[in-house]
Amino acid sequence: MTDKVLMDLGDHIAGRLPNEVIAVSVAFGELTVTARADHIQKVLTFLRDDGDCLFKQLVDLCGADYPERVKRFDVVYHLLSVHLNQRIRVKVETDADTPVPTATEIFPAAGWFEREAWDMYGIFFADHPDLRRMLTDYGFSGHPLRKDFPLTGYVEVRYSEEEKRVVYEPVKLAQEFRTFDFMSPWESAQYVLPGDEKAESK
Amino acid sequence: MAEVDIKNYCLNFGPQHPAAHGVLRMVMELDGEVVERVDPHIGLLHRGTEKLIEYKQYLQAMPYFDRLDYVAPMNQEHAFVLAIEKLMGAEVPLRGQYIRVLFSEIGRVLNHLLNLTTHAMDVGALTPILWGFEEREKLMVFYERISGARLHAAYFRPGGVHQDMPAGLAEDIMAWTETFPAVLADMEALLIDNRIFKQRNVDIGVVSAEDAFAWGFSGPMLRGSGVAWDLRKSQPYEVYDKMDFKVAVGKNGDCYDRFMLRIGEIYESLKIIRQCLNDMPGGPVLSIDNKIAPPRRADMKVSMEALIHHFKLYTEGIRVPEGEVYAAVEAPKGEFGVYLVSDGSNKPYRCKIRAPGFVHLQAMDFMLKGHMLADAPAVLGAMDIVFGEVDR
Repeated sequence: MTDKVLMDLGDHIAGRLPNEVIAVSVAFGELTVTARADHIQKVLTFLRDDGDCLFKQLVDLCGADYPERVKRFDVVYHLLSVHLNQRIRVKVETDADTPVPTATEIFPAAGWFEREAWDMYGIFFADHPDLRRMLTDYGFSGHPLRKDFPLTGYVEVRYSEEEKRVVYEPVKLAQEFRTFDFMSPWESAQYVLPGDEKAESK
Repeated sequence: MAEVDIKNYCLNFGPQHPAAHGVLRMVMELDGEVVERVDPHIGLLHRGTEKLIEYKQYLQAMPYFDRLDYVAPMNQEHAFVLAIEKLMGAEVPLRGQYIRVLFSEIGRVLNHLLNLTTHAMDVGALTPILWGFEEREKLMVFYERISGARLHAAYFRPGGVHQDMPAGLAEDIMAWTETFPAVLADMEALLIDNRIFKQRNVDIGVVSAEDAFAWGFSGPMLRGSGVAWDLRKSQPYEVYDKMDFKVAVGKNGDCYDRFMLRIGEIYESLKIIRQCLNDMPGGPVLSIDNKIAPPRRADMKVSMEALIHHFKLYTEGIRVPEGEVYAAVEAPKGEFGVYLVSDGSNKPYRCKIRAPGFVHLQAMDFMLKGHMLADAPAVLGAMDIVFGEVDR
């Protein structure tokens, strides 16, 4: 029932924006619209102003990293329509070099969200009024939520008694950083199980 | 007489300021005492929660949510477990749902007690915080009795809650709901008609409904502007659709309305708490599907199957099917959402936390423009900012 309503809404959006919307799908009771990145402003404006949508609230905007893809980043917009009591997700793909047009003119709330996505992923938003880093330290370099950024980071800070100030140093690990995936060894393990070194040579 | 060029004054508010509710640094440009521009610098409490969650199994990631908005920890856990359950299609036993709602509402009272009283303190009233924190302490004892921890409960689980309520807790919570309104009434009597409190709050930080939509406001910030929008009513989760409660709505969209609305919400929460305690059915509190929730300890003593499931759940963890969902709850501060992407393994691929405080703080510049410097703590207090969730 609700999936049908969502699909109808999705078809309505795709019908009105044939050149901008790439795909419409409904999964887990949620509507996802995949759009072309360079037309995102038109899509968002339509979703906000169209009488059958009225998605007046930008609930969330975030990035996501899929390094194996050609265009590695997703920018995901979550919109809420209080009038329809409906949610929608809009996704666009981009890479580290291609800027996405900013949504700040359509939703002022996008300002900090886009700064955060820039900070965390290095997704560039064209014409953003104030694209500074948001959450990381002053003078931080790198984009920490990228999948190729190590969990331990690159720098650590400590208070230096000699210099009487906080100093930045490269991360020194007392032991090698360990990640356990704990997946069933029959399904996923790529590493040699401890004590099982001979299994390879067979 | 030639006009003298007066340069604007730049003021650094925080990062260690008692009215900043944590580590907020605001660079303010002042024209005399009038605020021209505010640039909040956040991130001083950034702990990389989202990155850490990507490296943890689902169950290991759960306690991070207590540490976001540490004023109402269980409400955050709620959003995360709802997201997992949505992906897995898990059913929660009815008693588990009631306990979740019960403790979400206790979390709301916890949050509002802290916010109302610190807000009052920011504008000069010192007594309410002493009275309010005494009641908060009692609520945290309830948290402790059910989960073993006063703050970082880590009590909700995908598929239900960790343990059933201990004997006697329901009666004690009920007894507390009888005595608490008198304390709240005392607190109200100190503030509601207080001339100083009104001068500091009425017509300060006014936001229209249109602006509230544009800036992405939710929760009391949106309702204060006259929009009767509450996820518990409009998109009910758990057993909220069985609860009889009203949504408090403001009229003027100023700090005073937001304050009054939160008092109203406390009374509605008490109503929900009583209904939960009265209507709570018996039965299990955690899903009996052993692919989601561990078997009970007693079963593990006699059943090989149960032992295997337990081992698998605490080594490999839960396997969540591939997909992406957004789950949101009406947290005390507003809409707290979790956008969860799963690649079918035992760890989240991406977990974006949508914190209401982050969105509200963004509007600081817009709300403070043209106000006096002394209004900044009032606006900030009525926004209900906790840096755990803003900085993540």
